[in-house]
Amino acid sequence: MNGILKRLALVPLLAWLVATGGFFLLRLAPGGPFDRDRAPASAEVEAALRAKYHLDEPLHRQYLRCLGGWVLGDFGPSLKYRNHTVNDILAQSLPVSGVLGLLAAGVAFGIGIPVGAWGALRRGRWPDRLASMLAVVGICIPSFILGPILVLVFGLQLAWLPPALWGSWENCILPVLALGLYFAARVSRLTREGMTDVLRSPFVRTARAKGLSPGAIVRRHALRGSLLPVAAYAGPMLADLLTGSFIVENLFQIPGTGVFFVNSFLNRDYPMMIALAVLYSVLLQALNLGSDLALRSLDPRVRHA
Amino acid sequence: MSTGGDIRETPVPVPGVFFHSAPAPAPIRLFALAWSLLLAVLAVGCSPRQRADLVVHNGPEPETIDPQVLTGQADGRVAAALFEGLTRFNPVDGRAIPGLAESWEISPDGRRYRFRLREGIVWSTGEPIRAEDFVWSWRRAVMPATAADYSAQFFHLENGEAIVTGKEKDVARLGVEAPDARTVEVRLVNPAPFFLELAASRIFAPIPRHLVDRFGDQWIRAEPLSCSGPYQLMQWRVNDRFRLRRNPRYWDAASVGTERIDLLSGDNAGTALNLFLRGDVDLIIDRKIIPGELGPDLAQRPDFHRFDFLGCDFIRFNTGRKPFDDPKVRKAFALALDRPAITRRITRLGERPTGAITPLGAGGYEPPQGMGLDVEQARRLLAEAGFPEGRGFPRVEYTYNVGTRLYEQVGVEIQAQLLAHLGVRIQLRPLEWKTYLTEMSRQNYDFIRGSWIGDYNDPLTFLDCFLSDSGNNRTGWRQPRYDALLRSAGAAADPAARLALLRRAEVLLVEEEVPVTGLYSYVGLCAYRTDRLGGFHVNLIDEHPLWSLRRIAPR
Repeated sequence: MNGILKRLALVPLLAWLVATGGFFLLRLAPGGPFDRDRAPASAEVEAALRAKYHLDEPLHRQYLRCLGGWVLGDFGPSLKYRNHTVNDILAQSLPVSGVLGLLAAGVAFGIGIPVGAWGALRRGRWPDRLASMLAVVGICIPSFILGPILVLVFGLQLAWLPPALWGSWENCILPVLALGLYFAARVSRLTREGMTDVLRSPFVRTARAKGLSPGAIVRRHALRGSLLPVAAYAGPMLADLLTGSFIVENLFQIPGTGVFFVNSFLNRDYPMMIALAVLYSVLLQALNLGSDLALRSLDPRVRHA
Repeated sequence: MSTGGDIRETPVPVPGVFFHSAPAPAPIRLFALAWSLLLAVLAVGCSPRQRADLVVHNGPEPETIDPQVLTGQADGRVAAALFEGLTRFNPVDGRAIPGLAESWEISPDGRRYRFRLREGIVWSTGEPIRAEDFVWSWRRAVMPATAADYSAQFFHLENGEAIVTGKEKDVARLGVEAPDARTVEVRLVNPAPFFLELAASRIFAPIPRHLVDRFGDQWIRAEPLSCSGPYQLMQWRVNDRFRLRRNPRYWDAASVGTERIDLLSGDNAGTALNLFLRGDVDLIIDRKIIPGELGPDLAQRPDFHRFDFLGCDFIRFNTGRKPFDDPKVRKAFALALDRPAITRRITRLGERPTGAITPLGAGGYEPPQGMGLDVEQARRLLAEAGFPEGRGFPRVEYTYNVGTRLYEQVGVEIQAQLLAHLGVRIQLRPLEWKTYLTEMSRQNYDFIRGSWIGDYNDPLTFLDCFLSDSGNNRTGWRQPRYDALLRSAGAAADPAARLALLRRAEVLLVEEEVPVTGLYSYVGLCAYRTDRLGGFHVNLIDEHPLWSLRRIAPR
């Protein structure tokens, strides 16, 4: 319990470090948010624009100003999308990336765990080989290849599903697969390894000896233990999924958060960039903590250690 | 080993029965919970939406749609649907036609315009639009505090330049007045023949003062937003779409061809193409959202339409740095470039190769030839500059921005041509966009890719970039003779004499001193099926008012 509290206390500290590091590092990049291919009307107009966003102040003043906002959870105006604040954009885009990420996580677990378990139970036989092969293929094909293939086949050739945009359940299917299949492959590998280990352990032998059917052994005894590697992996995986994917959101023109991870840097949108870094760091820590808690509940050895 | 606890905790079931009666173990229960949660999220998060009557792909997400501060083309298309000025663009040829003003008189010297507003024009929220609204809006636009990047458009008005550059603090001295509620009087510095078109551009539209007073800079986010144009804003979701609905209070609402329009925002050209091919998008209006590599093939299709428009790619030489401080070297480079090879092999959309800066057709202007390929003369000039056969030529870099393959390919082609024609081996220096912009405006380059898109249909929008004090010059070239030529062209009352003076200036720019040399003028592509969409016309200034669009066949 004490450990959990300690780790919770670290969350704001790390968030502050990330935000501060981001604030100063981003200013090292050449160019600024208002540089464009044509010059502003006059030096006065340019100065007014910089003053409007306090970019004319000395850096430490700007930092203190931002710090004040961060404490209140306010990341300020976006320097690129000038009619929106960063919080505004995140409020619009995070739920979209969240839905997409949760569905992809559903695919990852819903396909990965059964397939991995199946492979472990038929170890060395054709189902195992097939599952392993599919997993390797899934891990090797990145979403920027898989996505266009899915669009080409199901969006354009067969025309079963819309090739892009966001709004109805049909829109979800292709991006969720493009995003989730890679993780499903990873999860299936982890489940298979975990299950293989567990099936070899003495308590399973005992269960078998007392006459339980193989199905019962898996469901009641082996599954829980074999999910340990998956539970450890689930934290970082969810942090990745929930904050959105640049590639999938860009390909399917989905109004999520993922695209900003790349674009906000290209646009030198400092406040947006910092908000995303903080968001990711907080989420990652929270989910890692969640992973550890899941491990504790799944594995008595961790609990009693 | 404490795992034995697991076995003890769970009661040993009667074989054959537990599959149906025993409660599912924790991981599986958790699973079921997670899935039902997901489905709930899905049901809430993905409420189906009705397709708009017309779906237009508008290109990248606008930075802002505030007509006074926007700069992007995609931004401008949204703003043009919502706000109208004294004049508006004719959808066919992009010339100015009456907008909120029903008529106007121009003084004989071409410097005074007297606009008569239509009777009974109102904002979409019901408030009247009066002549004072124009005066107030224009004064706001030129105030440096508004930080309007495009306020240089007001330099053509009396005292406009002085106010924008902070020399004149009293905005009331701007050359615009409202003698009565329906009359707007404009005083220009020069007889600008393009002023009626300028008046149709976004920054000259009046903005709703009652909202600015209440919401300040973010007035554009007010709901409901007061609009003066053919459409009003229903929804704005970043990186998704603008949903527009016909403004029933628009003075010409009867001519508005579509009730609801969705303007999609996205920057993946391949995705835009997929949506169009599937029929989910009726019109790709942004020429940059057509996949570059596929352009030449797509141009062959009947539903893709190519058009010339006012923009060009060119090269800037850094005249403040050796060896390009020597006009002979600049000329030698300009003469060594085989521009038709670039448009034939690389851009391939039928672009017009030109050594000039102004594209053909701008305001009835005939641009000079500029430098064409002349290897012999190029070599002679290079030898005269002290580098016979390219010997002893310093190491120079050609800088360009990455992001599309096109500029990379053009860079490689230029490299090969200079080596073949001059014996000069140049380096390529690709830079990320913002870095490229910074290096260009700091003049930290040898020679660099440049581009320009005309703001209005006149050569001046290209030529005034290279005035000595223009922020867009970025070459270090200062030529008082050039400045004087543009000044006298501005003062010329006779349009033909004016164009002749502008041409003289451009000859000085691209044939005699050559701080810049043209490569090619632009061709755009847009996509729509002529049997599905009416009222769309390609034109030189790439202006396509949404009010004229209408679907032809029922879906």
